[in-house]
Amino acid sequence: MRALIRAATIAGVLLVIYLLQLGFESSLNDYVQRIVLLSGINIILAVGLNLINGTTGQFSIGHAGFMAVGAYGAAYLGAKLAPPLHSLLGPGALANGVIFNIALLMGGLFAGISGLIVGMPSLRLRGDYLAVVTLGFGEIIRILFNNASFLGAATGYFGDDPSGLPAYTNFFWVFAWVTAIVVLIHNLTFSQTGRSLIAIREDEIAAEAMATPTTRLKVTAFAISAATAGIAGGLFAHMQAGVRPEDFRFEKSIDMIVMIIVGGLGSISGAILGGIFLAVSLELMRDLQQYRLVLYALLLIVIMIVRPQGLLGSRELHHFLRRRPKSGTVGGA
Amino acid sequence: MSLLELRRVEKIFGGLRAVHDVSLVVERGTIFGLIGPNGAGKTTLFNVITGVYTPESGAILLSGKDIAGLRPAAIAALGVARTFQNIRIFRAMTVEENVMVAGHHLHTASIVDAMLRSRRYAADEHALSKRARELLEILGLAELAAELAGSLPYGSQRRLEIARALMLSPQLLLLDEPAAGMNSQEARTLNDQIRFLRDQLGLTVVLVEHNMAVVMNVCEKIHVVDHGETIAEGTPAEIKVHPKVLAAYLGEEPEEAAS
Repeated sequence: MRALIRAATIAGVLLVIYLLQLGFESSLNDYVQRIVLLSGINIILAVGLNLINGTTGQFSIGHAGFMAVGAYGAAYLGAKLAPPLHSLLGPGALANGVIFNIALLMGGLFAGISGLIVGMPSLRLRGDYLAVVTLGFGEIIRILFNNASFLGAATGYFGDDPSGLPAYTNFFWVFAWVTAIVVLIHNLTFSQTGRSLIAIREDEIAAEAMATPTTRLKVTAFAISAATAGIAGGLFAHMQAGVRPEDFRFEKSIDMIVMIIVGGLGSISGAILGGIFLAVSLELMRDLQQYRLVLYALLLIVIMIVRPQGLLGSRELHHFLRRRPKSGTVGGA
Repeated sequence: MSLLELRRVEKIFGGLRAVHDVSLVVERGTIFGLIGPNGAGKTTLFNVITGVYTPESGAILLSGKDIAGLRPAAIAALGVARTFQNIRIFRAMTVEENVMVAGHHLHTASIVDAMLRSRRYAADEHALSKRARELLEILGLAELAAELAGSLPYGSQRRLEIARALMLSPQLLLLDEPAAGMNSQEARTLNDQIRFLRDQLGLTVVLVEHNMAVVMNVCEKIHVVDHGETIAEGTPAEIKVHPKVLAAYLGEEPEEAAS
């Protein structure tokens, strides 16, 4: 019965997203469509980064590196898997969907594994080591892709087809993944694991004295966060003709941090708002591209002065709908 | 076999011997006091027992097994729970959530269970919440379960730390100045609660405390340290009149120093 209700819910949600897609593609121009898709990708990035930076309190400032791993992984697999799977399943939407989702999952997996490798040594220690290590990782990854000739080196990777990577990314897949990731991370945050992660943020010594396996949980949260960045990277890669190393510069990591700080560190709804805010504001500021970092720096300074906890603080949107604000109490998805 | 035994424990910070050659035995089911002037090394001893610090030498036996050098989480999982002198509650979480955090042994669901909200996850949450409520009831915090922990008054925060420590289902409870900042009424209630923990929950309690009304009242055996070294051990009645203890707290008389 329970499983049946769940299957029905999932089918219903997918149907709604599909119907929205039909309306989306028929009524909006390409420019607006692109902003909406970027908002979705930003939401995944922000919600994922918030799990480690906001909920767990371990600062990663090189998440663009994990996004790059996912983007290149999904782009490469998407290009290489297409011929054999098309001959197996024939052309059409079904085969495309299968290829795309395998590519995304593998991209996420690669990014998650990179997260494990980066996180295991640096998260054993208490303190800000993670920030230093992720900063280095982000740069190393970008330079690696800049020099990997089978991935197109500095020109970028555009697949085997002269017209570039197949444009698998559409409204349906972006928002199906947004929904899945937001629900999964929300469920994780409001569980014993999530409570333990918040406990680590609040007081790591006390968390350890309460038998919390701090290192294991920090590394797990970090790997999950890296994997979501990888999936966002895969969606990003297949939205355009190819991926280039300069798409994943340090500024990209800063963009992600701005998203979660604007929304409120530790709040999932805040991360969603921050993700949308960044996609829209980047477009509005397109003419001011070269002053972007200056403007964001100003924005951050203003936020720190006016509302240091971000738009929502560490609370969720639905907490504001209750009469009395409380911290995250345990509730269903 | 005694529950906790320290054998010739030594802890050095740079040039400071914070704990020097301390040996003590805590029998199961007793309330054991650890006292001494400020800076005597009491909290350092707690930190050595709970694995925050690794001793330079000596053994820490829990039911005969040496736990020196284990990580704090491993020692906590073996049933050694503690509270902190400078309160370390999770301020941004509710009172109930604070307690639930320590319920790892009641928690069997994996991360995937939690993400998919499986039946095992629901059963776990129910068990954790039920146990947390029971403990909050014992410490008189049940009505505050949904409050933010950081908003509680000082005395309640100290009791919340005890409730959280009890969530580990410990054999041994280390209380670091539980009566600090409490008024005499609250301290009397605390006395009763500590006795309740021993009598009803079968806990062994080690207490660091400056409030002599509490220490002399509830402890069966008292161990006194000064400058990191043991200076006396005995029943409250013996400790009250012990010359070295009086000297440590009140200063030495000239003829005592001569003898």
